[in-house]
Amino acid sequence: MTWVNSVIHGILLGGVYALLATGLSLMFGVMRIINLAHGSLALLGAYMAFLLVEHAHISAYLALVPVLPGALVVGYLLQRTMLERSLRAGVLVPLLTTFGLLIVIGNLLQEFFSPDVHSLNPGSIGPAAWRITSRLSIPAFDALILGIAILVLGILQLVLTRTQIGRELRATAADPDAAELVGVDSRAVYARATAIAVATAALAGVFFAMRSTFDPTAGPTQLIYAFEAVVIGGMGSLWGTLAGGIVLGVSQTVGAQINPQYFALAGHVVFLAVLVARTILESGGLRVRLGLRRVAT
Amino acid sequence: MSVILSVDGLAARHGLLQAVRDVSLEVAEGETVAIVGANGAGKTTLLRSIAGAHRPSGGRIVFDGEDVTRLPAHRRVKRGIALVPEGRRLFPELTVEENLRVAAGVRRPGRWDVDAVLEAFPLLRPLRHKRAASLSGGEQQATAIGRALMSNPRLLLLDEVSLGLAPVVVDGVYRSLAGLIEGGATILLVEQDLSRALGVADRVVCMLEGRFVLEGTPAELTRERVMEAYFGFRRSAA
Repeated sequence: MTWVNSVIHGILLGGVYALLATGLSLMFGVMRIINLAHGSLALLGAYMAFLLVEHAHISAYLALVPVLPGALVVGYLLQRTMLERSLRAGVLVPLLTTFGLLIVIGNLLQEFFSPDVHSLNPGSIGPAAWRITSRLSIPAFDALILGIAILVLGILQLVLTRTQIGRELRATAADPDAAELVGVDSRAVYARATAIAVATAALAGVFFAMRSTFDPTAGPTQLIYAFEAVVIGGMGSLWGTLAGGIVLGVSQTVGAQINPQYFALAGHVVFLAVLVARTILESGGLRVRLGLRRVAT
Repeated sequence: MSVILSVDGLAARHGLLQAVRDVSLEVAEGETVAIVGANGAGKTTLLRSIAGAHRPSGGRIVFDGEDVTRLPAHRRVKRGIALVPEGRRLFPELTVEENLRVAAGVRRPGRWDVDAVLEAFPLLRPLRHKRAASLSGGEQQATAIGRALMSNPRLLLLDEVSLGLAPVVVDGVYRSLAGLIEGGATILLVEQDLSRALGVADRVVCMLEGRFVLEGTPAELTRERVMEAYFGFRRSAA
């Protein structure tokens, strides 16, 4: 039963990773940008919510009402002022730009908020759990996060397939020049994609901050998990990101069940195993094809 | 007939290569002009410069009385210029209908919408919900032309619509074009196939090494004269 318990906890943890990874996956899918500052932007969202909770005395959930539109604006401006120029300079430059941004955000948070550890209050749902048996319980808050992750991915999927904005996003992702030729302003499309990505990052950041503690250095750690979820799920695929997050979460909790020290390690090992397996499958496929050609000649 | 497009002293380059040199051209409303010429004569670059997909290094492009030389491609589509690019350039993962609908985003009023395009290209009707990547070359070309029409352009630019298609399929594409021309469309097309160009156009322009070397109506031009200009025989003889 403890194994079932850890698998269930892993699935729920996967929801946390998937929520954070959604924006990362979207930006890679549309612009081929690997946003190294994604975790830091999530953390920025958490700190903005923290400010509102401390000074305006509202709940963390209510703080989302101003934080999410704010994140949309931040994302839009980020694309228009920095990433757009970086993209023009080649594929590696956005990587450098977002790495710089990661450092800047981390240091600014350190400067303004001190290195102290904080947490946001999730309310009465925080400690609540559904107790199935004495050794099997489902934490309600984690289930809520998984639900939100599925909701966000579902809404994004609907927007991408059913709306004009979505069609323009997919068209621009496939061929930005051809999209321009049918009247799509590709730079505006990119700015919209980054705005959505940063908003989902802020949403993930606030829920992360309610789930556990956070400090100015938490960005990069969260980025690694989100990045692993995206890679395991297949770069740029939205539902793949959810699957990747769940695979990562389950590996970590099952690893921790074997030995509590293996929590992070098991996740990294599975991530590397997926990478290696993909490489072998691809080169293996190549060898099969070469073999056939040799038979044919 | 009023002049809708006026190109004046246009020059365009690819790095060090001068692809278009001092080209001037006027297209009147309702006219069909064909540009012919050998590979590398600068036809595609000229068309892409007019559409805004290639930044010219000199000269002016005036569309409907307005200088559009510095406008990005998507703003020119809003003003009524649409290009069917070489190689079709459909969005492979989008369905036929989605490919069409993407281009409707500019919301130019006019008679073209998804139903009108399916009416004009009946072969697309059963393929409406198929991914563009799964279509045959002719079906893709029909979708590409339909996609350009969705923005209700006042000037339609067609780049090598017959390239890579079987002759019987090209016949179909040109039958649809004849329908458009009868409907009063203004078309500037690039075509390698001389007899097709002479058959469909009001006026034919021949390009060689980035310049216009011959211009006239199909009635004025003989095949031989065009062929001379096409390959630059006269110049090399002189």
